[in-house]
Amino acid sequence: MPEIFERRSRESHGEWVITRLIQTAGYSSIFFVLMILYFLLANGLPVMKDVSLSNLFSTVWYPIEEYYGILPLILGSLVVTLGAALIGVPLGILTAVYISEIAPQWVKEALKPLIEILAGIPSVVLGFLGAIVLSPFLRESLNLPTGLTALTGSILLGAIAIPTIVSISEDALNTVPRAYREAALALGTTRWQTIWGVTVPAARSGILMAIMLGIGRSIGETMTVMMVTGNAPVMPDSLGALFAPIRTMTATIASEMGEVSGGSPHYHVLFFIGIVLFLITLGVNVMASRIAFRQRKRSERVLS
Amino acid sequence: MDKIVVEHLNLRYSDGTESLRDLNLVIPANAITALMGPAGGGKSTFLRALNRLNDLADVVAQSGRVLIDGKDILEPEMDVIALRRKVGMVFSRPLPLPLTIYQNVSYGLEVAGERNREVLDKAVKLALDQAELWDEVHDRLSDPAEALSGGQKQRLCLARALALKPEVILLDEPTSALDPVATAKIESSLSELKKNYTIVIAPHNTQQTARVADWVAFFLQGEMIEFGPSKDIFTRPKDKRTEEYILGRYG
Repeated sequence: MPEIFERRSRESHGEWVITRLIQTAGYSSIFFVLMILYFLLANGLPVMKDVSLSNLFSTVWYPIEEYYGILPLILGSLVVTLGAALIGVPLGILTAVYISEIAPQWVKEALKPLIEILAGIPSVVLGFLGAIVLSPFLRESLNLPTGLTALTGSILLGAIAIPTIVSISEDALNTVPRAYREAALALGTTRWQTIWGVTVPAARSGILMAIMLGIGRSIGETMTVMMVTGNAPVMPDSLGALFAPIRTMTATIASEMGEVSGGSPHYHVLFFIGIVLFLITLGVNVMASRIAFRQRKRSERVLS
Repeated sequence: MDKIVVEHLNLRYSDGTESLRDLNLVIPANAITALMGPAGGGKSTFLRALNRLNDLADVVAQSGRVLIDGKDILEPEMDVIALRRKVGMVFSRPLPLPLTIYQNVSYGLEVAGERNREVLDKAVKLALDQAELWDEVHDRLSDPAEALSGGQKQRLCLARALALKPEVILLDEPTSALDPVATAKIESSLSELKKNYTIVIAPHNTQQTARVADWVAFFLQGEMIEFGPSKDIFTRPKDKRTEEYILGRYG
C-alpha cells in the first residue's frame, strides 16, 4: 500500500476517536438529565402509597404530625415569584431600554459590565444583605412584627432576575435594525414614540424570552429565599400574606432534606415537591423556547 | 421658486472626517434635484442634514445655514419633529416597520395625533395611490408589511412618507436594492410626484441621475463641485472632474 493511504487511514483513526469522544460527552449530558429525572420520580412517586391525596393537597404542612399539605409551599413559591416578577420585569426592561436606546456611550460601557457583575453575586451573599439590611429596614419602615416576609424575598429575587432580564432584553433590542429607528424618526416621531412604538415591539419575542428566563431563575432560587422569608409554612390567603413570613418549595427541600430519614413518607414528599418544582420550571422554559422558536420561524419566513 | 437654500454648510463627524465643506446650493421647488458623485462624497450626510437626522450621529462641528422656506432649520430651537413631518425621507433599505401595510402608512399620522378613522383611511389610500401601490395591496391592507416584495416594500416606504403630506421628499439611493422593473416604478412615481413636491434624491448610479433629474449637484469628497440643470451637466459640464466622472473614468 502506498504511504499516503496509510497516513490517511491513521488520520481517520484519530478522527474516529475524537468524534466518539465528543459524541459521548454530548450523550452523557442527556444521560445525566434522564438519571436525575428517574431519581426524582423513583423517590417522589411512592408518596402516593404513603400519603393520601387529600393530605398531600391540604393546607397544613407539619411533617412531624404527618400533615403533608404542600399547597402553602406551592403558593408560597408563586407569591414570592410573582412579587419578584412585578419588581424585576419592569425594572429589567426599562434598564435594558435605557442602556440600549438612551444612555450615552460611556454610561453604556460602564453599565453593561456592572449588570454582569450583579449576575455573578452568589445568592447567599444577597441573602445575607437581605437579612441584615433589607429586612430590618422593612420591619421598621412598614412597622411589621418581623422583616422576614414574602415581600423581602420578592425584592431580593427581583434583584436576582434583573441581570438575566436586562442582558437578554438588551441583546434583543440591539438586534433591531438601526434603520427601523431612523425610519420612525424620519416620520416625525419623538424618541419615546420610537422606542415604545417601534423598537420595543420589534424586539418583543426576545424580551418575552428574557422575562421567562428571569422568572425561571427566581422560581428555582433557594438560598436567598430561605434566608429572608422567615420559612413559616403559612397558607398565603390574602394580600396581607405579602407582609408575613412564608415558605417556598425550594427552601422546604433544602432545610428539611438533611434531617429526614431515607424512605420515610416525609422523604418521599420532599421529592414529590421536587417533581412539582421541576414541572413548573420545565413549563416556564418550554414557554421561553416556544417564543424563541416562533421568532426564528418568522424570520425564516421573511427571508424566504 | 427656491425651496431650500444652503449657505456655507460645514459639517464634521467625530471620527475627524470632514463630511461637508462650505456647501452653497439652491434647490428649486417642484423639481427633482439629484445629488451625484462617488461614495463617501457627502450625499447622504447632506440629505440627513435636511431633516436633522444627523442629530443622532456623532457630529462634532456644524456651521452655516440651511433655509427651508426662508427658515433656518439648523437653529437649536427648531422643532425637529415638525421639520421631519414636512421633510419626508426614503432610505436605501426597503424596510417597512414591523406592522401591517395599513399601519405602516398610518403610523406617522397616528403619532402626530390623528385619531379619526375616516381621515386615516383616506390618507392611507391617497398615499398608496401616489406611490402606485394601491392597486396591488388594496385587498390585503391588514397583512404584515413583511409579506410584500422588495419593490413593493420600497413603494410602501414612499407611501409612508407621503402620508404625512410633506413638502420635501428626500430619497437616499431608494432603488439600490431593487430590480429594474421595481426601479422603473419608483422613478415613474417620482416624475409624477415632482409636480407637487420638492424632491432631493441621491440616485444609486449616473444613469439613474440622467433619467430622473431636472437639476444635478455633483459631490466629490465633501465638496460640491458643480450645480446646474441636468441637461447642461451631462452635455457640457464646466468642471473637468464632473466630465471625467460622467464618462466613467473614476468613481
